[in-house]
Amino acid sequence: MRGYAGKFLEIDLSSGAIKELKFSEKILVDYIGGRGLATKILWDRLGSRWEKVDPLGPENILLVLTGPLTGYAPGTKICISGKSPQSNGVIGSTVAGEFGVDLKCAGYDGLIITGEAEKPSYIFICDNHVEIKDAKAIWGKKARESLKYLVKKSIEDIKTIKQNYGEVKEPSILYVGPAGENRTRVAAVMAKYTHGAGYGGYGGVMGSKKLKAIVVKGFGPLPEVHDLDTVLQFFREISKRNFELEHFRRFGTGAGGYYHGAVQSSEPIRNWQEEWHNRDSYRPEEFDKFWVKKYWGDFGCAITCLKLAVLRDGKFKGAICDNPDYENQAYVGTNLGIFSPEDNIYLSYIINELGMCGIQGGAVLGFAAELYEKGILSEKDLEGIKPEWGDTEAFAALAEKIAYRQGIGDILAEGVYRAARKISKIKGIDVSKYAVHVKGVAVGAHGVRSGKDDVAQDIGYACSVQAGDHTSAASLPPDRDSPAPGELRAMFLDSAVLCMFTTTLPFFKLEDNEIFRFYEAVTGYNLSREEWYNEKALRILHLQRTMLLLGGPDACWRPETDDDNPPRFWEPLPSGPCKGKTLDRKKFEENRLNYYRSVGWDERGIPKPETLEKLGLHEVIAKLKEVGYID
Amino acid sequence: MKGPIWIERLYERCSGCRRCEIACSLLHEGRIWPEASRIRVFMLIPGVEVPHLCFQCEDYPCVKACPFEALSINSETGAVNVDESKCNACGLCIKACPAKVPHMHPMKNHVIICDLCGGRPRCVETCTEGRWNALRVTSRERDFSYKSLAKTPEELTRKVAEKLYGKEIAREVYE
Ligand code: SF4
Ligand code: SF4
Ligand code: SF4
Repeated sequence: MRGYAGKFLEIDLSSGAIKELKFSEKILVDYIGGRGLATKILWDRLGSRWEKVDPLGPENILLVLTGPLTGYAPGTKICISGKSPQSNGVIGSTVAGEFGVDLKCAGYDGLIITGEAEKPSYIFICDNHVEIKDAKAIWGKKARESLKYLVKKSIEDIKTIKQNYGEVKEPSILYVGPAGENRTRVAAVMAKYTHGAGYGGYGGVMGSKKLKAIVVKGFGPLPEVHDLDTVLQFFREISKRNFELEHFRRFGTGAGGYYHGAVQSSEPIRNWQEEWHNRDSYRPEEFDKFWVKKYWGDFGCAITCLKLAVLRDGKFKGAICDNPDYENQAYVGTNLGIFSPEDNIYLSYIINELGMCGIQGGAVLGFAAELYEKGILSEKDLEGIKPEWGDTEAFAALAEKIAYRQGIGDILAEGVYRAARKISKIKGIDVSKYAVHVKGVAVGAHGVRSGKDDVAQDIGYACSVQAGDHTSAASLPPDRDSPAPGELRAMFLDSAVLCMFTTTLPFFKLEDNEIFRFYEAVTGYNLSREEWYNEKALRILHLQRTMLLLGGPDACWRPETDDDNPPRFWEPLPSGPCKGKTLDRKKFEENRLNYYRSVGWDERGIPKPETLEKLGLHEVIAKLKEVGYID
Repeated sequence: MKGPIWIERLYERCSGCRRCEIACSLLHEGRIWPEASRIRVFMLIPGVEVPHLCFQCEDYPCVKACPFEALSINSETGAVNVDESKCNACGLCIKACPAKVPHMHPMKNHVIICDLCGGRPRCVETCTEGRWNALRVTSRERDFSYKSLAKTPEELTRKVAEKLYGKEIAREVYE
């Protein structure tokens, strides 16, 4: 198979053992890479005892995987996975940056990281030089400090390996901030200052392994492809279409902070109590005032939709962050009652510095604020912090407590679902109705009540095998590729590991036949639409579904109650042009059943033995029998 | 454009897309190979991306420093040409370069330096096409010291960071 470097690295942090390994062509054809391959590796290694594996324990496996299209498609991503401490299933969580390219150029398609280091460590890779290094100097440090150290130190280290080379470029770095180090479930795996793989909570998994960072520098070329001319033709064609997106290039998803609220009524406001606003202060131009005037992107990107926001003066002076992109505009903005770009930029910066996921972190902050508003959490419970809507500094203080697991922060660090469980117990009141999540994952900032936001249908979050992940929403039909990608299409992007924005947007997309031809030009394998949607994608879906249903040890989902929207989504919208709108329970249940049927699950949402048989997943049948899901 | 050319760099505009590296390595190596690109985008601070390539100094210290006559000046374009068969990878040109531009080919035994693509710089084409306009072809003018612009990635990073982030923040994130 072309497009692959041809080998993977397995690093055991407990023993320090490092070895190379390969996967058979059959496995690569079936599971591709990234999310698909992660699912396969996790099932093979942990599936038989899945429900007993603690996501934050040494037994969990951290996967950092490229895909065959990584580096060849405009916009580079890397896929992070493992057993998720949020959903207790498998989530393929991607983050942008040059990491995937550097890793392939170093000669590896991915990293399989097991065990737990004795002391804070980081992994250093320079071509075939692989080392586990001491992270004492940066353990406890936030993003900027950690990166500054790692860049300088690593360039020195590379220079001693590549003597007389000339100036050495910085390596690519994935790292965690304090939120990850302290094993919170809202921590992201970070890249640069502002990029994060947030869904899944793999920052906490890195922290549990005492792994501060992974540094990689590759000096080789990207692997050979099957048909370079065709690959470049696709590269140019995708770029051409990307270049036409003038507004998306100019404002990125940062136009969403106004649009999703004012036009679509789908933006989280005050912990999702509302989804509509039309604040002038939140229009894109108001953010533009703080932007460095340039496009910003990562390796190969044609859209370069990121912006850099810098606060050069005022009380939040010194903050740097991206756009903020829409998810951060919403979750650490409107969701906390913040409608000022400056405050939103500052809070995004704080969240980045702590290595927290903006969505999961913002969701738990909003949840705490609503409990405070309702008098369930007192100022005393919050140790003097008064998280009133719009009080940026109070939220910044609370975020710090979460990242360091201090006081109430220790409970909130568990994310909305688990925090709600604990607080309900302590207070003797059921607060789960204020926790806006699906199967432990706070949902993306795209509400479903108004029906106007394309990202998710009513079953989008409820039936996704990646739970609340808005980049992988389940859809009817399951093979939907527009206006937003359904889960099976998203799964291809996450497995071949390329950027969704450059190839699949509501207003632009690479047609299925094109994307599979692109894949063929890289790998040499002719993958038909039918083969992907009716077989390969379903196989991955069933494995992910199975591990999600197995869950454990601290959470277990039941389809009849948990393949559902958060309670708040059943309340009518209280304001805006869609006032009064909500979801229809009967229609939802019909859609859910339809979805189950069309992917081969029974009416309870359990994979059917005959479907599993057809997909060759015999061990899954045995496992589901063992736990009593099928007789 | 007739006669010697020069590539103007407007660092504050660089998006970090690194498509210039892709274009350059495809032309010279037939592969996507960032380290073998004659233009390298340094990102010593996130958000501060610095495309780094030969400045074609008026007195070409690198050419003078080479004891093997591996480097020569292309009379048409003004580029430094590397004779791969003569270069023995001693690295003296790197030491002589005020900007530390030349670097070793990542897999072969010779240095690589921008050759201006024989007069049609692919990096500039790709940068223009995407409307980043961080690179631009200009004619090479008399009475101007191009060497005065030749700075190392660190020096350029410091300057660009100060422009983008302001002095104080730049110091905090870099020094
Ligand atoms: S192509 Fe232009 S914008 Fe992109 S990295 Fe190169 S110089 Fe920067
Ligand atoms: S910048 Fe360096 S490599 Fe280019 S001409 Fe000057 S000394 Fe030579
Ligand atoms: S002008 Fe040509 S050789 Fe020089 S850096 Fe640009 S693409 Fe490379």
